[in-house]
Amino acid sequence: MAKVIYKLGDDISTDIIYPGRYMATVLPTETPQYAFDDIKELNKQLNSEKTDEVRVIVAGKNFGCGSSREQAASCLKGHNLTIVARDFARIFLQNSINLGLQTVICPEIEAEVGDELEITTDKVINKTQGKQFEVVHLPKARQAIVDAGGLIPYTQKLLKQRMGIE
Amino acid sequence: MGQTMVQKILARATGRASVEVGEVLEPAVDIAMSHENAALVMNQFQEIFAGLGRPAKVWNPNRIAIIFDHRVPAESKKTATNQKKVRAFIAEQGITKFHDIRGDEGGICHQILPENGYVLPGYVVVGTDSHTTTHGALGAFSFGIGATEMAAVWALGNILNVEVPETIKVVVEGELPKYVMPKDIILHLIGKISAEGANFKVLEFHGSTIRKMSMSGRLTLCNMAVEAGATSGIVPPDEETVRFLRQEAGVTGEIEMLAPDEDAHYCQTIEINVSELTPQIACPHTVDNVKPISEVEGLSIDQIVIGSCTNGRLDDLEVAADILRGKKVARGVRMLVFPASYKIYQQALELGYINDLVKAGAVVMNPGCGPCLGVHQGALGDKEVALATTNRNFKGRMGNPESEVYLCSPAVAAASALTGMITNPQKGGF
Repeated sequence: MAKVIYKLGDDISTDIIYPGRYMATVLPTETPQYAFDDIKELNKQLNSEKTDEVRVIVAGKNFGCGSSREQAASCLKGHNLTIVARDFARIFLQNSINLGLQTVICPEIEAEVGDELEITTDKVINKTQGKQFEVVHLPKARQAIVDAGGLIPYTQKLLKQRMGIE
Repeated sequence: MGQTMVQKILARATGRASVEVGEVLEPAVDIAMSHENAALVMNQFQEIFAGLGRPAKVWNPNRIAIIFDHRVPAESKKTATNQKKVRAFIAEQGITKFHDIRGDEGGICHQILPENGYVLPGYVVVGTDSHTTTHGALGAFSFGIGATEMAAVWALGNILNVEVPETIKVVVEGELPKYVMPKDIILHLIGKISAEGANFKVLEFHGSTIRKMSMSGRLTLCNMAVEAGATSGIVPPDEETVRFLRQEAGVTGEIEMLAPDEDAHYCQTIEINVSELTPQIACPHTVDNVKPISEVEGLSIDQIVIGSCTNGRLDDLEVAADILRGKKVARGVRMLVFPASYKIYQQALELGYINDLVKAGAVVMNPGCGPCLGVHQGALGDKEVALATTNRNFKGRMGNPESEVYLCSPAVAAASALTGMITNPQKGGF
């Protein structure tokens, strides 16, 4: 079961997710502290709560628009978040897939803070509201990266083939 | 079925006769560009090889470009240390297209690549920066990627899992009125189709206005294609492309004049007539919140910014200098100017533009990205308003979520500097 901890609107930019002033910080182990730094209550909640529960942020259209900064994906991945959005900007979605951040494309999603969600490969079921919403699957080629555990293991596999390493 | 520009480029980069929209390909990369975030790319690159037990070696050191521009000269010990590590990596790998913090050859990556002739028509260019769309102005398929994707490119020489995108044909006709600039065309287009109107698609520019437009203007158009969500913008190469590459970028080798087929399939065609277009302003806090200047004229401004990879080229500085020459920036307004490269800076010095701007009261900064994205100088105070020729006005973009950023052309920025409020340069006196 997953719980909605925050709800955001359309066009949430990478400047909101990971402000430019922290771009000198690059390592995935160091970026989570700055996630949503300009939405103080959310940043505080992410950094103070310790939980094994799956935490979901629900957003509107074009989540992750703007910069290609990969910190915007790694900072959310570090908090073990799942992002359910109506759709995503291209580079952000690709970065998320490459790093293994859970992203769910759900064009009709309706959910409020506190709602309990069940997320399957085909549907997001909002248990609290008794509604369910279709999920748009990732393109096949991107799913292959997810299945490999991210782009680093995927690239390692390709390199091994090229170099003839068993 | 005919092929669009990007289909033709991807076919060539995969050794095929043609490719279909939606196919997933692994095209060979001609230029792989990074800036300071090469520090993260290096980290991921080394992790890939750490798991293989083989020495980490880039696929081709001549096809990787690294340009320091985001925080130059370094604003913190963290940045300085990262830059130092990247320099060591560049030396170790023998990477040739490196532009360090230097007054002779430094600048913003999206100006350095074109002016050094690193990008040719038909190339596949990837960069760890969303404004990599810029290089489509030269007839390349050029797009932004993440750092881990770039690490895979450095290792393999291919960009993985590229889905052949659909293309929107944008046809621009008409003569631009005085003080209406390429920036106004692209702002108008983004306002029309929205910030996600071209998501996962390519904007291919056509029409008599584009044919007459200089490379500088084309770079501005393609630079901001990403603000409509586009994977890339692209202008089919023509005489102006060749002129720029030969005369300004020093290219001596063959230039391939790739063109889309007559019967290429476009998912949408957008026609724009610019003969009656007025200056456009993108209002806070999204780039698609675009209004004609008449709706925001008179709004009080605290800081004017002219520069960036969008509008920091010589013709941008020229229009600003022409408007400000012999006059004064209004009291209470700070005016910051940062040329897109040192080459442009030097040309602007020789032509006297820098002198005109400084005498008028502008602060001329070194080429770099800093003020545009609030990472290095030029931050705004609470409740302050900036009017900038840069490319984004997202909340917090210039370093303060309690401030507002409006986007405009260099002509509007310069005219507004004189009055301290959003001013239409067409209204005379300049």
